[in-house]
Amino acid sequence: MPTVDKEQVQERVVEALASFGPDADQITLAATFEELDIDSLDLVELAQIVEDEYGVVLKGEDMKELKTVGDAVDLIAARAR
Amino acid sequence: MSERRKVVVTGLGAVTPLGVGARPLHADWAAGVCGIEDGAGRCTSFEPSEFLSTKEARRLDRVSQFAVVAADEALAQAGWEGESPYDPMRVGCIVATGIGGISTVETNHDAMRERGAARVSPLGIPMYMPNAPAAAVSMRHGLRGQMYGVVSACAGGAHALGAALRMIQYGDADAVVAGGSEATLTEFGFACFNALQALSETGISRPFDARRDGFVMGEGAGLVVLEEREAALARGATILGELAGYGSTSDAHHLTAPDPAGATAAQAITLALTDAGERPEDLSYINAHGTSTELNDAAETVAIKLALGEEQAKRIPVSSTKSAIGHLLGAAGAVEAVATIEVLDTRIVPPTLGYEVPDPELDLDYVPGEARPLLPGSDPTRPSVALSNSFAFGGHNVALVIRAPTPAG
Repeated sequence: MPTVDKEQVQERVVEALASFGPDADQITLAATFEELDIDSLDLVELAQIVEDEYGVVLKGEDMKELKTVGDAVDLIAARAR
Repeated sequence: MSERRKVVVTGLGAVTPLGVGARPLHADWAAGVCGIEDGAGRCTSFEPSEFLSTKEARRLDRVSQFAVVAADEALAQAGWEGESPYDPMRVGCIVATGIGGISTVETNHDAMRERGAARVSPLGIPMYMPNAPAAAVSMRHGLRGQMYGVVSACAGGAHALGAALRMIQYGDADAVVAGGSEATLTEFGFACFNALQALSETGISRPFDARRDGFVMGEGAGLVVLEEREAALARGATILGELAGYGSTSDAHHLTAPDPAGATAAQAITLALTDAGERPEDLSYINAHGTSTELNDAAETVAIKLALGEEQAKRIPVSSTKSAIGHLLGAAGAVEAVATIEVLDTRIVPPTLGYEVPDPELDLDYVPGEARPLLPGSDPTRPSVALSNSFAFGGHNVALVIRAPTPAG
């Protein structure tokens, strides 16, 4: 698998989250999922997208730890390497 | 037993092939406008983004979107303006659907076949479960009393209103947002109803006409706000009508065909009239189930005559909303209750559109041609009274009796 650029991951995650409802410009790395009204159902959808895109499998326990967009980007980028 | 609490209607909402709104449903129908095109009653003017955020819209199947938009209208008319005048725990919500979120089922089934079981959406179940419309309305408006869906096919919307009536009468709630919603105009929906040979081949909904050849499927929702009468008056609400009687029976005859003898359907009508304390002589209007199928329209005619007697049955104007919007399945009973309340309010009886060739067996006054004024009942000093019938696959029979808020004057 080719190495995945963190910026690419960020771009993809922001795009996915924006499709769930929040405005794209609100979706910064520091933004919390709570602030963005992103709940557990959205995160399962995000996990499906991430698995399709990067082959990274995110389980429920992985997702539980995620508080911010940056947390998700970091985890996905780290697992994808 | 102490005197029963009375239940009044304070808000109406509808999304139908005649547009978004309870008023256009009645006004356009009365003007002779038919919302059916190419053999289906589609809500073509309904645009979810006008009413719902991206997040709301993508989490609600079309069936729940209709329910939410109709509930918004009904609650706005009731004057709740985002805040319940009652303890939210005393406000119930009952929304029927015949089928549920069928397009969500289809989309996710396709995803599973094409991309594997792990690719179905986590939103699949919460979007297609038959209680989703009720849950969506409850969540959007913070209704925290009893809340559930009702499943009885094409009688569901009427059952929802009946259950809501009892909930308030019994004292379990002071108000209930109730109705029905349906969105089955999908490839699979049409395939299944076509396999049953239930749909009109000509694509024309002409209830009670000799040429009727099946129903035309429609989509949409009807929701009403029901409140305990004294509480509604105390808060200065405008009373649109009284849900005065409810009767329901089952055929135990056949999975899809109505009992042609009509006795069980007639009994539902009799129960509803008795429940309301009204007599056949008091009725000014009947909103028929009138599906435009061979069997329903014949059995319903028999049932009306059995329940009311030949003379009264022939006196009372009977028209079918399905002639203007098609058959909205689980939403039909609620949408037609909305239309019936509008009939009492405007005192205009819309016609059965397309009814031109009488069937010799079907000999009631089906209001051919044009709308006409609502006639008073036998006692003009009392409020006008109307009956709305709903019957369904499975053998469900429901009758609702609705009273105008005040005498015609």
